[in-house]
Amino acid sequence: MELVFKRPECLIDVPFHFCPGCHHGVAHRLVAETIDYFKIREKTIGVASVGCSVFMYDYFNIDVLEAPHGRASAVASGVKRARKDRIVFTYQGDGDLAAIGISEGIHTANRGENITIIFANNGIYGMTGGQMAPTTLLGQKTSTSPYGRDFSYDGYPIRMAEMLATLEGCAYVARVAVNTPANLIKAKKAIRKAFQMQIEEMGFSFVEVLLACPTNWGLSALEANRRVAEEMIPYFPLGVFKERKMADYL
Amino acid sequence: MDQAPEKILVKGNEAIAMAAIDSGCFLYFGYPITPQNDIPEYLSKHLPLLGGEFIQAESEIASINLLLGASATGARAMTSSSSPGISLMQEGISYMAGSELPAVIINISRSGPGLGGISPSQGDYFQATRGGGHGDYRMIVLAPSTVQEMYELTCLAFDLADKYRNPAMILGDALIGQMKEPLNRRKPKPMDLPPKDWALTGAQGRRPNRLKSLYLQDGELSEHNWKLYQKYEQMKKEEVRFESFFAEDAQLVVAAFGSMARVSKTSVELAREEGMKVGLFRPITLFPFPGGALNTLSNRIKRFLTVELNTGQMVEDIKLSVGRDSEVYFYGRPPGSLPSPEEVLEEVKKYYPTNQG
Repeated sequence: MELVFKRPECLIDVPFHFCPGCHHGVAHRLVAETIDYFKIREKTIGVASVGCSVFMYDYFNIDVLEAPHGRASAVASGVKRARKDRIVFTYQGDGDLAAIGISEGIHTANRGENITIIFANNGIYGMTGGQMAPTTLLGQKTSTSPYGRDFSYDGYPIRMAEMLATLEGCAYVARVAVNTPANLIKAKKAIRKAFQMQIEEMGFSFVEVLLACPTNWGLSALEANRRVAEEMIPYFPLGVFKERKMADYL
Repeated sequence: MDQAPEKILVKGNEAIAMAAIDSGCFLYFGYPITPQNDIPEYLSKHLPLLGGEFIQAESEIASINLLLGASATGARAMTSSSSPGISLMQEGISYMAGSELPAVIINISRSGPGLGGISPSQGDYFQATRGGGHGDYRMIVLAPSTVQEMYELTCLAFDLADKYRNPAMILGDALIGQMKEPLNRRKPKPMDLPPKDWALTGAQGRRPNRLKSLYLQDGELSEHNWKLYQKYEQMKKEEVRFESFFAEDAQLVVAAFGSMARVSKTSVELAREEGMKVGLFRPITLFPFPGGALNTLSNRIKRFLTVELNTGQMVEDIKLSVGRDSEVYFYGRPPGSLPSPEEVLEEVKKYYPTNQG
């Protein structure tokens, strides 16, 4: 019988620690499938961030470096500058990339560092127990916005992909979701494209993945999945915001 | 192959940059700050020509994390800054100590607290020797007092960092960084160092390497901290360096490091000219501190005068090191002015035994 579905080679055969209905595992799998697809497992170096994604080294069968909170993109730039022949990616949450690490993220993108950032946006601090993130939606209740996020207090949710796409250094910027099979296929395509950009030395690539966090959203897995479509995607539209062609590569 | 010794007139800061290149460091990350800008300026000019990488980062926070990443690949890498910038780097230094990553960090210190000023100061002694960042770690700290030492100790810092898989710092100041002296640019013989089999190079033909400082399983973090402790103990046994100048027959020993040792050395010579038996004890490694040597010295010498360009930091280590029957005096200058050798000599005379009636 033909084998049509299996664990990606670069994922270790252990259960994820993620909560039921959490999308991190799906996003991890997409990254792993991409590494397998390009057969780059032995030359890929991953940079883990702080948050639910920190345990990347327990799941990926690749070399992994743990970065201080928010600094993953600077750390990855250091890795890449030292080893330009290696494929380097970070996997960062919204607190990590869009709050404490926004400076490093912007400047890494602006320098056009030839690395890939997978930005896991679930609009909340998961690991620390559901506090407000820079991407928390207006009106959304969290443990530190108990009355709902109010723009006059807390400002607006940041659209990272759109913001980074304004920078010349970016080769590829996209936002995807993994809430439906159709979106999942697009997400896989985008992540593959991002890695391909890096392999072809086109510059900085960035894929924002909208993820559900049922535990900290206080929803069931199904409700959380539905919320991605009903509340997140309307504010964080899916699509490709920048794609550098060989022709405009300076 | 032996290099022909080349004597050149350079600034202390330039000597450091040259030492980095001569030590095989081709990756530099930094952010402009006075009084250390000669280092990034020199390296931005030379590293690209040598196939290296120079990044002017957006902040010292980015610099230290670029350094962390580069170091994780096993490559030699360096950053430099001055006091306020070094404060911003403390988080990264703690992570590097925790993840056991070697790297060289240069602090051409200026004055604080806060924005302070750009004049020389030794106010960062505590920060450098006590860890500075969070957690129970130590950093190798070397304190040069000449331009020649800026070069040699930077070369040594790369070797020690690699030997112990630990960050190493050069603690200089505006005085030694900015002054020019003849430098004999001769590469020291490199140490025999262990292979970097821990480096992240891609898991080819081996199990994946992981570099991290998070340990959540029962007992793991205790074990990790004890392992780090053993390294620091080994440093104390093997890496202590100091200079003892006219200490053999001294009745009073001046203890000073870096630029203040330089001034004090002249004071000791002046005192000798006046017939006073005064010596100098100069810690070269601030961590590991040469406490054992000081203790031995205090079996015979009972008077120590610590001279610092601050209001009293290293003096605590001197007090902890000498025997109980030794007196430790202190002469300090907060930033803004430098004592002359004559002024230090006046202090020496205050405490010299024959002058005490």
